[in-house]
Amino acid sequence: MKLDLKKLKLRKVNETLQSIDPKRNNKNYTILNPEGNHAICVGLTDDIDITVKGHVGYYCGGMNQNANIIVEGNVGTGVAENMMSGKIHVKGNASQSAGATAHGGFLIIDGDASSRCGISMKGIDIVVKGSVGHMSAFMAQSGNLIVCGNAGEALGDSLYETDIYIKGKVKSLGADCIEKKMDNKHLKKLDKLLKKANLEKLKSKDFKRYGSARKLYNFKIDNVSSY
Amino acid sequence: MRKNNKTFPRQSWTFDEYTNSEIRRAAETGIYDIRGGGSKRRLPHFDDLLFLGASISRYPLEGYREKCSTNVILGTRYAKKPLELEIPITIAGMSFGALSGSAKEALGRGASIAGTSTTTGDGGMTPEERGQSNHLVYQLLPSRYGMNPDDLRKADAIEVVIGQGAKPGGGGMLLGQKISDRVAEMRTLPKGVDQRSACRHPDWTGPDDLKIKILELREITKWKVPIFVKIAGSRPYYDTALAIKAGADVVVLDGMQGGTAATQEVFIENVGQPTLGCIRPAVDALQDLDMHRKVQLIISGGVRNGSDVAKALALGADAVSIGSAAMIAIGDNDPKWEKDYNKLGTTAGAYDDWHEGNDPAGISTQDPKLMKRLDPIKAGKKLSNYLKVMTLEAQTLARACGKNNLHNLEPEDLCALTVEAAAMARVPLAGTSWIPGINNK
Repeated sequence: MKLDLKKLKLRKVNETLQSIDPKRNNKNYTILNPEGNHAICVGLTDDIDITVKGHVGYYCGGMNQNANIIVEGNVGTGVAENMMSGKIHVKGNASQSAGATAHGGFLIIDGDASSRCGISMKGIDIVVKGSVGHMSAFMAQSGNLIVCGNAGEALGDSLYETDIYIKGKVKSLGADCIEKKMDNKHLKKLDKLLKKANLEKLKSKDFKRYGSARKLYNFKIDNVSSY
Repeated sequence: MRKNNKTFPRQSWTFDEYTNSEIRRAAETGIYDIRGGGSKRRLPHFDDLLFLGASISRYPLEGYREKCSTNVILGTRYAKKPLELEIPITIAGMSFGALSGSAKEALGRGASIAGTSTTTGDGGMTPEERGQSNHLVYQLLPSRYGMNPDDLRKADAIEVVIGQGAKPGGGGMLLGQKISDRVAEMRTLPKGVDQRSACRHPDWTGPDDLKIKILELREITKWKVPIFVKIAGSRPYYDTALAIKAGADVVVLDGMQGGTAATQEVFIENVGQPTLGCIRPAVDALQDLDMHRKVQLIISGGVRNGSDVAKALALGADAVSIGSAAMIAIGDNDPKWEKDYNKLGTTAGAYDDWHEGNDPAGISTQDPKLMKRLDPIKAGKKLSNYLKVMTLEAQTLARACGKNNLHNLEPEDLCALTVEAAAMARVPLAGTSWIPGINNK
């Protein structure tokens, strides 16, 4: 089913996608002429497939549950923000705060992601085939951030339990973020996630793992210069 | 005692007993003081205003016979289902984590009996409070701890939190001892770590972004429920104007007497503006944009009784919100726990180490033994009684001013006891027609 944002209002498009009757409705949708509109495909709950033909604005796929969304273009701020489950695949580049606070699901970005990719992430798995900007994985709590390119300044600042895997260079690490040993458990996990992103050709051993030193988990006056 | 022709020992006004104790505490520990609650210093407040009452020029209403309406509808601008409340007093956002589950349940019970709303907090929505709250406002905070679209759709309104009166521009920290298994699970954090709450939202930065964020929330909830925007009493004119521009249905404005679960004492006492000084600039913004009574204004921060409610409404608010007062109503700082407060080095009425999780009243704690001290049913009844008393008091004052609706109260019903209050509230100093900054009479 085709939904043309030149002909339909955003509310109508989202309403259609938010009100799926599994017995009666189609499970495949194509959104035409997104033209940078914001809040496309937000608050979806059903296991449906959507292809967005073009560039989108802020919060595409926000708070997604179960839906499989492909964006054939670039995405604005906060793609997949607070996603709970499902999959979002961005064929272009992503602006800042991609996957912010997301609790689950899978986000793939074929291009680069700007600053704060995975900020406060709470369980999502993010694969960026290009590079990420500064302050990525800031205060990230859970889940995995995989970057096949480089990472900008202050990677993983004030990190909790998210695992970060970087193939390229890291400009600098944020407070309490350190490089950690890559053991078999992590290699297997990374292989699995790379395969899920159709990146089997990449070798997990070429990545470095970063995580929390856990020194700032409880406030200590001796660490005050780190804050 | 004066001896040997010496003068009496004289304590310094500048270095008073409290100040000296804080200097000694800082010298001992090397860390700033963290506490809960709002500003404790003497500030210009609603106490500095008086109602004039009816006279020859104004006609009063009969106290026990003539109706004085109290209901308020919040979210009439865009929401398909505005929040219809029986009284203009709501319960402010307080998190499960900062408060015990039974305390949250008590707040829900009390608010529902009284016909008003309660609000979640950092950490998400608990089944206890959703189950017991007829009207529940779901907060979207910078941390997004426990933020869940299923809960978002269960809410009767959404409140985008930008600031708190106790700490404009500040985040928060819930110390590790309050991160129990349940709190840790809801917030996706390891048990026992300090939970830091960010001061900025992770996916938007300015008013233009906020407009888009509000659009997203409306699309997710199908434009059904109102979107509140909560701001601290920092720059009330501009912040209210920007919240309106961003599409808020309701602006919640929290002055510096508004409480917090925990932040630095220096922050609480030195950042922000008193509630009294925030109301008129916010109403100015609403009126300048022709949005007064179309976008509703909720005032919070130090509201304690029906008089405060009536005065806030007279100055242009549509409703008020209470947090600290609601906690006291359900048992916080009750003198019956005086021995326990003494063991903690404090006294009933002054206990504010809510972040440490040792609350003798079982409210700001996750300790199972202490939590048992609070009966949510009895506590809920106390809260509903208190809300009813506040409403009756406000009605009494409104009738005396000749008003058959609390929202008909107006600044002309008030005078001020101090020059400061007259300037902030823009009502005449008692016995004069002088409003500092407005006229020179």
